[in-house]
Amino acid sequence: MDKREFSRRDLLRAGLAGAAAATAPASALASTETAASAAPQASSVAAMQARRPFETLSAAEADTLEAIVARLIPTDANGQGAAEAGAAHYIDRALGGALASSRQTYGAGLAAVESYARASKGAPFVSLSPADQDAILTEMERNAAPGFSPNSAAFFDLLRNHTIQGMFCDPYYGGNVNFAGWDLLGYPGVRTVVSADQQRMDIAPAPNHKSAYDYDMFLKASAKTISRRGVSDGD
Amino acid sequence: MATKLKETDVVIVGLGAAGGIAALPLVQAGLEVIGLEAGTWLTKRDFAPDELRNNFRGWPQAVQKANHEVPTHRPSASAPYSPRPAIHPMMNAVGGTTLHYWAQSWRLNPWDFKMVSETARRYGPGRIPKGSTVEDWPFGLEELEPYYDRVEYEIGVSGKAGNLGGKLDPAGNIFEGPRKREYPMPPLRGTGFTELMAGAARGLGWQPFPGPAAVNSQPYQNRSACAYHVFCNRGGCHVDAKSSTAVTTIPKAMETGRLTVVTRAHVTKLEADSEGRVSGVIYLVDGVEYFRPAKVVLLASYVYENVRLLLLSKSKPYPSGFSNRHGQVGKHYFSHNQGASVTALFPWNLSNWYGLPAQGVAVDNWADDNFDHARLDFLGGGNLWVYSDRRPIAAASMNTFGKAPSWGSAWKAFIKENADRWNTAYLQKTTLPYEDNYLDLDPTVKDPLGFPVCRITADYKENEHKLAAFIQDKMERWYKAAGAIATIRNPVGTMGPATHAYGGTRMGDNAETNVVDRWGFSHEAPNLGILGGSVMGTSGAHNPTLTLQALAWRTAEHLAQNWNSIAKLK
Repeated sequence: MDKREFSRRDLLRAGLAGAAAATAPASALASTETAASAAPQASSVAAMQARRPFETLSAAEADTLEAIVARLIPTDANGQGAAEAGAAHYIDRALGGALASSRQTYGAGLAAVESYARASKGAPFVSLSPADQDAILTEMERNAAPGFSPNSAAFFDLLRNHTIQGMFCDPYYGGNVNFAGWDLLGYPGVRTVVSADQQRMDIAPAPNHKSAYDYDMFLKASAKTISRRGVSDGD
Repeated sequence: MATKLKETDVVIVGLGAAGGIAALPLVQAGLEVIGLEAGTWLTKRDFAPDELRNNFRGWPQAVQKANHEVPTHRPSASAPYSPRPAIHPMMNAVGGTTLHYWAQSWRLNPWDFKMVSETARRYGPGRIPKGSTVEDWPFGLEELEPYYDRVEYEIGVSGKAGNLGGKLDPAGNIFEGPRKREYPMPPLRGTGFTELMAGAARGLGWQPFPGPAAVNSQPYQNRSACAYHVFCNRGGCHVDAKSSTAVTTIPKAMETGRLTVVTRAHVTKLEADSEGRVSGVIYLVDGVEYFRPAKVVLLASYVYENVRLLLLSKSKPYPSGFSNRHGQVGKHYFSHNQGASVTALFPWNLSNWYGLPAQGVAVDNWADDNFDHARLDFLGGGNLWVYSDRRPIAAASMNTFGKAPSWGSAWKAFIKENADRWNTAYLQKTTLPYEDNYLDLDPTVKDPLGFPVCRITADYKENEHKLAAFIQDKMERWYKAAGAIATIRNPVGTMGPATHAYGGTRMGDNAETNVVDRWGFSHEAPNLGILGGSVMGTSGAHNPTLTLQALAWRTAEHLAQNWNSIAKLK
């Protein structure tokens, strides 16, 4: 595991999700900074970053993407949405890795969203009201927005699928910050051993806020020798 | 020029579900065996409970040899090509697809071996659909029973017998053929949801039962019991409770010192001698080419690669591909009719967040010929399978049953309430071979070495469509009896690269219509054995793995018992 991953996970553990800090009101930000001082390794990083850095997208592309995911899974009466969960950051990181083959599609697609926003509403997508942003996304979903290649519905589907991945994936991948997605679904979390009681319909298991990679046996960099035929203790 | 290595007794191409089984009886008989495997060893440290990686990014198949060889598909010879899937369903690794399969470990029912003659006997002539090339197997279930039994005990299968020597037990599958003894382990436990569904099936007058699984329900042979953590659907087991050949027969065979496992071995050709016998195989490891001579070769890859390797192995005795003088390689291909599932919505949480696809409840009342087809216009049937299996990304991607939009606040409210309230049944249905469904080499698409990939030309016909609709009716009825408030019938789809592929080197006595004989050896090259789903001539309504493993054991045992004649020793 490289150092960058480590500091990101430490941030997550300390409740210092960058995306949350970026969109949170000042009072909430102040409280996260108090928490940061209790975690000296993370504090300097948190202080430097008003926004978690993007690794692959340009600043303008990232602005548009963050605004889109915030409408696809909004923050509302049912709690945190894709913004707090860091779905845009999940996509950004994945575009430099597992989803690299989609990088060009995002460049062209986000530019087309911007062009369509300016042409139809007279302003950049990020400056539009939520209702106008929703109108544009609806047109894209209906395959009625011009300027997309091959078409707007294909790009909308890609955005929706990746936003869902970013909201509900293992937090190791940079999304689902603070388990916002898993808590929304009532998903009780990753366990390595499950009891019969945890499969009954009348009892909801308590949420288990752990990443797969919080379990030492799956850390590939671990120097620990684990017998291939041995038996796991699980959790 | 290939480096020529020392001759060995038996080379097995592919150490997966079938090859990993066959190795054991061979080394136990004292034969020297070399297993050539395109993948590497993967262990439980590799099998993290990671939905994104396993189920959405297809690790590790996405980065393996087979993924450069995903077959192309067209529904018919005149139809345009279907989109090519991103991930090959097979796994390259020691243990192969038994690492990440669902591990449902069924025997076929007696009817599956005798479909043609039993149909004629029960319904008279003319009932086999036009264009189908289906034949009876060269033997019945009773011939395979001892091998089913052997494999169930060797690898460890959990389940409940429904027919012990003719005595029916409704706690198990009363439609199965007679078995000599109980399963080595009791079935996997039920859940609140599977018990609800079992009760609803009984209310309909059906006979629900827990399905068999190659997963330990209790500790077995120094491997631990299943932990029910839900990540072995397209993932390996993190506690070695799944009875993959990688943790059962392969290590046991290696302990004899007579099985040598060569990983990252990419087999490119079977070589023939002047008489048409197989003389060995050519393979590459990291770009270096080797020739391994062998007295006997067992071809044990997945259906698509078994057929492709034969068709690519052209030589003087076999100008149109190895063992293909009769033009039967690639014929009688079919894949299981697994589409046309049913999805249901319930008004309460089902608590399906944990479990595994093999932890479920089955109904076989509508499988095979377990019900009267006299007044029906199709043959065959389907196994209804309901199981406990849910992960968060898939849960959030649920069908909204027309009750909510696909994004925004209303969608968010819908999935918050319903993420744990839906279930999709797995409905495996009889699929027949037809004369115009087949495999060959793609004329244009090639792998990175420049060899053509396999091309599938196949689609479901009338029999499969009518059967699918019949089974969906039954499944909707079952869900509604259990309290579902809405159901959706999913489409049948077409026959692209499949997890249950069959045929292409079919087994049968007639060399004009079959590639291998009743023992699994080529009609044309007597020292070439073929293992895997490619030898199966019918699908039944159940997962193929245990059957192809029983066949692999039987072929290997036959080889060991007839070594001198098959290996042509003087």
